[in-house]
Order: sequence, then structure tokens, then C-alpha cells
Amino acid sequence: MEKSLSINGKSYTVKVQEEMPLLWAIRDVVGLTGTKFGCGVSQCGACSVLVDGLLTKSCVIPVSFAFGKEIFTIEGTSANLEFLRKAWNDGNVPQCGYCQSGQLIAATSLLDSIKKPTDEDIKTAMSGNICRCGTYTRIRKAIHKAVALKNESR
Amino acid sequence: MSKIQQINRRDFVKLFGLASSGIVLGCNISSDKKGFIPQTEGAFIPNLFVQIQKDGKIILLASRSEMGQGIRTSLASAIADELEADWNYITVKQAVGDAKYGNQNTDGSRSVRTLLLPMRKMGATVKAMLLSAAAKKWEVATTVCKAENHYVINTNNNDKVFFGDLVDEASKIPVPAEETIQLKKVEDFKYIGKTLKSVDLKDFIHGTATYGIDIRIPNMKFAAIARCPVTFGTVKKFTKNKAVKVTGVAGVFELPRLIPPTGKFFGMLGGIAVVADNTWAAFQGKKALDIEWNYGDNYSFDTEKFKEKLTKRIAKKGKLVPGGSGNVNTAFKNSKNIVEATYHVPFLLHAPMEVPNATAWFQGDSIEVWAPVQDPQTARAEIAHFFDVKLENVIVNVTFLGGGFGRKSKSDFVIEAVAISKKINAPVQVVWTREDDVQHSFYHATSAQYLKGSIDENGKVTGWLQRVGFPSIVSSFKPLSDYASGFELGMGFTNTPYKITNFRLESVKAEANLRIGWMRSVVNIQSGFGNNCFIDELAFSAQKDPVEMHLDLIGKDQISKGKSKHPYNSKRMKDVLKNTARKAGWGKKMPENHGLGVAIHYSFYSYVATIVEVSVKNERLKIENIWTTIDCGLALNKDNIINQLEGAAIFGMSIALYGKISVKEGAVAQHNFYDYRMTRMKDIPNIHVDIIDKMHEAPTGVGEPGVPVMAPAICNAIFNATGKRVRSLPISDLGLV
Repeated sequence: MEKSLSINGKSYTVKVQEEMPLLWAIRDVVGLTGTKFGCGVSQCGACSVLVDGLLTKSCVIPVSFAFGKEIFTIEGTSANLEFLRKAWNDGNVPQCGYCQSGQLIAATSLLDSIKKPTDEDIKTAMSGNICRCGTYTRIRKAIHKAVALKNESR
Repeated sequence: MSKIQQINRRDFVKLFGLASSGIVLGCNISSDKKGFIPQTEGAFIPNLFVQIQKDGKIILLASRSEMGQGIRTSLASAIADELEADWNYITVKQAVGDAKYGNQNTDGSRSVRTLLLPMRKMGATVKAMLLSAAAKKWEVATTVCKAENHYVINTNNNDKVFFGDLVDEASKIPVPAEETIQLKKVEDFKYIGKTLKSVDLKDFIHGTATYGIDIRIPNMKFAAIARCPVTFGTVKKFTKNKAVKVTGVAGVFELPRLIPPTGKFFGMLGGIAVVADNTWAAFQGKKALDIEWNYGDNYSFDTEKFKEKLTKRIAKKGKLVPGGSGNVNTAFKNSKNIVEATYHVPFLLHAPMEVPNATAWFQGDSIEVWAPVQDPQTARAEIAHFFDVKLENVIVNVTFLGGGFGRKSKSDFVIEAVAISKKINAPVQVVWTREDDVQHSFYHATSAQYLKGSIDENGKVTGWLQRVGFPSIVSSFKPLSDYASGFELGMGFTNTPYKITNFRLESVKAEANLRIGWMRSVVNIQSGFGNNCFIDELAFSAQKDPVEMHLDLIGKDQISKGKSKHPYNSKRMKDVLKNTARKAGWGKKMPENHGLGVAIHYSFYSYVATIVEVSVKNERLKIENIWTTIDCGLALNKDNIINQLEGAAIFGMSIALYGKISVKEGAVAQHNFYDYRMTRMKDIPNIHVDIIDKMHEAPTGVGEPGVPVMAPAICNAIFNATGKRVRSLPISDLGLV
């Protein structure tokens, strides 16, 4: 069945089964590989994307859920994501980098909803994303830094 | 390092592509001494390559795999420094698996240790050629010229010329003899010993780094494999009716197990392969399979029973390990204070975020693969062996690794991809599910240890008996290897920092019923756990401060004799401990329910001491703070080292708090991150890392040495806070997390 998926403001015509998880539609059908597979059961957050602005584990959501909605992935750009990228860069956050797409998307979602998150907010928002390399303290610091960068830019 | 030489045009084109131009230098570097990885056959003529282009761009071929340890940046910085290059012009290209690049096996925390000097020489050689070229151009003596930030400067008149503009001239200059090459003084380093961000940072934060799982080739298929739940079990019969009906499934067939020859390679488990148009269809097809298995001999394996068996064995005399001293029995007889304890660590799993995967394209007499491998040369040799193709016709492209931790030094998943590609005559990507990764890995071996110590009336440890049993890594190459090997015991059992007059180490039998592999810091995990927990128990029994007890046991300042390039230096061990104790405020009064625990460990030639602060309130454990100090000799890329140590702390926390693979009826009982748990943001403490910088010492290991201290420091802190000993990991078994 041919359907249209809107990812980062661009429309893609895809031929997929409705029950295919959004992750695999993005990676294997559309061909955007920045969103990662880590567990397949909504446990690690490597596949995090935003669907109409809501943080979504794309490995367990059927692609049909995203028809007619706006999907935002690591290949996209937004003001908050760019502040986060700058902070990630300044803080030299990644090690292997594999989980960082999901971490950045989850952090974007956090900043989209809370202007100045506390450590407690970060704990709540970011505990669904596993980083096996263990860059958590840097991620936490970088989220605070992104907020500071954003405030400075005003 | 043998002679540095210019690369001929043919090799040049092969390496960098037709569009390339400029100087390319190769050099032979002495390979690292044979590790415990079986080596590939044939000649070993290792080479590394540097290229300068006319636009000034410098390309370095990274010979080691990038898995988060920052090696691509570290190696590049060493060349750039000696070359006086502007860092902004550096690009790093990943080398394919080929013996001409030297030993590429990325393990054992040794890439910087073994490659820093050859890399520096490479940079210095290129600089010397650029200086000669400029001198010729200006018709002045070379000594008048100096290199600075991508330019050569004529010190007589301050004329300057860009590196890129010297390429034509420099490529005609004969490569200077190695003995004429001058290296920079440590004081003059511009990048070495400073902080450089990862050369791959931009890709990591834009989702544009290509990991193995991101490889896409026209007309490729995707595959999943159902493997027997019991290690080395085989397919009795299977029905594919339901699987082939799954939309997108293109084929279902049996893959026989490939058994490696004794002493090398890894083979593959075999099972039922499902080939499909996309990853999800392959996964769905796999779920729809009906398979009956012959479970085989490992069906009776049960980790609880094995733990009991090992515990019984360590209660009795084992095989003596050479290297002991004195007589422990006399020491025990003469002491009124005897301490005994038994420690257990379960089977553990690497679980890199990127699951094992590989893309292969079998094309008759040649094979190309793209894979996240730590050891591309073994993968290459193994492919040549199993598929009867000439080694030179096998190309192993190394992608980024989404974490490795030792799992990706085995090439079983690469062999699977090649076997399937051969069968379907098309390129294919094999992807493991997380459940596959959890249930079919090469596990870190479970272990049991019995320790007995004696203390005299002055609180001095007079005797130390240690019996240890764990399935050996060697069993993965040589079946029926039932005792720990010498190289394994050399990771924290026979090379402890402690000087004890009467010391005896015994090893007991421990057979392998799972595939055993190495995981970040390897046997140091159990040796560090046993040694440090036991010293804490000895200190308590002797009513001595644990830090004092460690310092006493390390003994007086001494540098070990022998041929090692990195002789053990007891002062450096004591210095990291003293620094950590100072930073942690060791000895200060702790809040109620809080406790401090200490651990030290010497591994991969590096010295690490860690103190952990925990709180235990309402039976809930929280790790509050971690202070770690490392002395890794010359600290090549400082912030990267801090990042590695922070990561090792988190990795060590996962081991201590959650790590446990258990087996019932031969099958792994865990499935995914919900039952093989990981440290998450909610768990994290503040982590304080100090580097004791030794710019004039050779660099030593960084990736692994921070791991072994974590579990014992946490357990000792729990004792300090609660009076309860944790002698069997993980802590989650006690319900504290």
C-alpha cells in the first residue's frame, strides 16, 4: 500500500505494511539511518523520534500511527536541537555515538516541554535512553549548557 | 619501526582513490607482541599511511577500530603534533582489514601504548620532507626553516609557504633515514597531552556516522537467524510454512554450524536463516518459524548448580599456580586472626548498543564485507578459511562500532552474513535482535574465589591463599580447556600490587558450557573484585583503615625488574590511591546511612584507585559519588581519558548493580534490557576523575583499567554504610536496587 510519510518537513512516498514499526520504515524503507535500533521493545531509546512533537519509541509504534503526522528525526533541525548539538559538541559528549541520536531527540523533547529542566527533570526525561558507553554525566551537563546557550542567544 | 618509505603510485591509488594526489608515506611498525587472539597466518609486514594533498588536507588512515574510545582522534593528534599541522586540516579515513597495517586487533587497551611513537615518527618524517622542500625552494639551509601551523617559515626573513604548496617539491625529496628524524620535546607538544574533540563528533551528533547496521547496498537483503537456545545445539527439523508467508520474506533455509579449527577463529553457531526485504520482515519471519532442536550436551547446564559446583571445588585444594612465595600454612598456623571469604561473579554480557550485524557480498571468487569489527584481520582470514577464497580477494571494510567492549572482536556474525550471501547470491545484512545478543554471546566467564588470610598482632597481613575457578577464554578456541590459562591469571591474580610474604594461588577446574569471550577489562573484573573486597575484610578484622591497609600491602617504593617496557612502579600505585583519598575526603565524618568504599587495581599497565560513596536508606542503594584517579603515563588526549573513566565507572556500576546472565536447561534466561539491566540516568552519581599526568612516561591503557575497581569499591562502601558484606554479584540479587 502506498502512503506518504512526512519526515523533517519532507514528504516520502512509501510502500509499507501498516503494522511495520515506524523505526524500520524510517531506516529500511525511507533510508534515513540516523535513528537507531537497540532493543526492539521500547527499553533503550536508541530509536527515539518525535511524532507531532511527542517523544516516541519508533521501534514499537506501527508506521500507520505516523501517517498524516509530522515525524522529526536526528536528520532534522530545530532551535532546541541546535542548542543541544552545540552543547553536546562543547561538552565532547559522545563516545561510540550510537545512542546519541536518541539521546538528542529525547533531550529536544525535554527542552520543548520544560524551559529550564532541573537534574530531577533530566532524570525523569532521560532514563528511557541507555548509553552503554556511560556518557550520562556529560549528557546531563550538556542539557544544562544548552539551556544556558539558549538564554545567552536572546 | 623499520624504514619509512614512499608509496608507489599503484598502492597510492588503491589506498586513496584516483583523484588523490600529494605525498603519501608508509612505514613499517613493529607489531605488538602476540596477544591471546590467534594470529593470522603468513607474513606480517605492517604499515601505516599518511597523505598530504595540495589543498593542505592531511588524511590519516586509522588502523584501529573506533568503538567509542576515541582512537581515530588520538592517533591523528600524534601525527599532527609532530607535523606541526593545523588540526582543522586533518581528516581520518578508516583502514580496511589488512596485515600491512600492522596488528589491527583493537583490544587490550593497547592502541595508544603501541602506536604513539610510530605515529609521532610518521609526522616528524613528513615535516622533515616539507622543511627540505621549502629550503630548496628558498635556496637556504634546512636549519633556517621551521614548521608552524601548516606553514614552513624562513626564519631569516619570515617568508612562509603553505604545506599544500610544498607537496610537489616534497614528494621528490628522498625519505630521510629514521635515525635522522628528530622528535619534539614533550614541553613543545601542541596536541599531545592536551584536549582534542573527537574528529567524528559532528557525525555523531547529526546521525551521519555510518555504523555496520547503517550500510546500504543496492538490491541488498536483510536476514535474521534463529539459533538453538542451548549452545552448540543443532536443528532436528523445522517448518517454514508460516515464515515464508510473512510479507517481505524471500527465503528460509538452514545454516549448518561452522566449527573453527582448533586454536583460531570463532566459526558460527548455525541455525535457521530468514532472508527478507527489510529487517522487520526478517525478524517477523524468524518469529514464525517452528523449529525442533537437538539440544546436545549443554542442555544440562544450569548456572545455579555450576555455582555450587565451583564453590565446592574452591573449598578444596586446587592446582598450584607458579609464582607464589613463602608458606601460607605456616603463616596461618602462627596467626590468631584468620579471615576467610568466598566471592562470586556471574556470567556477564557486553551488550553494545549496536547489536552484532554485518553486511556481506559473496561474488564467487571474491567477497566484500562491511562490519563493525574490532579485529578485521581475523574476520578476513576466517572468511578466506571457511569460504575457500584467497585472502587477497576478501575485503573487510571496518565501519564505526556502536560499542564493542570485546563482543565485536569475534567475527561469528560476519561469517553468518557471508554464508547467507553465498547461499542467496546477493548482498545481505545479518542483524541480531537484542534477544539474540543476550542469549548467544561470548560471555564474560562466571567465577568463584575462596580467600584466606592471616593477620599478625600488628595488623600486618602475613598470609594470603586464593583459590579461583572460572571457565577459560581458551575454551572458545580449544575445547576441554578446563582451567584458567596463564594469561588470564596474569590479569590481577598473579600480578597484584601487593607484597605478601606468604602467598599462594591455586586454580580449580571450571568447564565451559557457553561460549566464553573477553569483556572490557576481562579477568580483572573478578580479580579486582576478590582482591579489593578481601582487603577490606582484612582491614576490618585488623581494625585498620582500608586505605592504610592497601598502602601497607603495596609496600615500599619499588620498580619491578625485568624486560617490560612498562615496569610496575609501586609509588605510582600509592600515589593514585593517596590522590583519590584526598579528593574523596577519606576519613571525614559521613552522614547517616552513607558509606565510603575503596578499591585499587593495576591493569593494562595503568594504575587506578577509586573511592565510592553510597547511601542505603530504606533498603535502597544509591551511588552518590565516585572519585577515580588514573595514572596512565603520558595522557594523550585528556578530556577523552576523563570521558573513558567516567564511562568505565558507569560500566562497572552496571556490572555491580545488575549484571547477571543465568542459564537453566542450557538456555540463557535473560532476554533484553528489561531483564539484563543497565545503569540509566536515574542511577548516576557525580563522577570525579583525576589524571596524574606523567608526560615523560610511556602511555598505558585507558579504555579498560577504570572498570575492575567499581564493583569492589561499591560493595565496600555498602559495608561501610550498613555493616553488610556483598560477596556475590550482582547487588540487585539482594533487592537493594
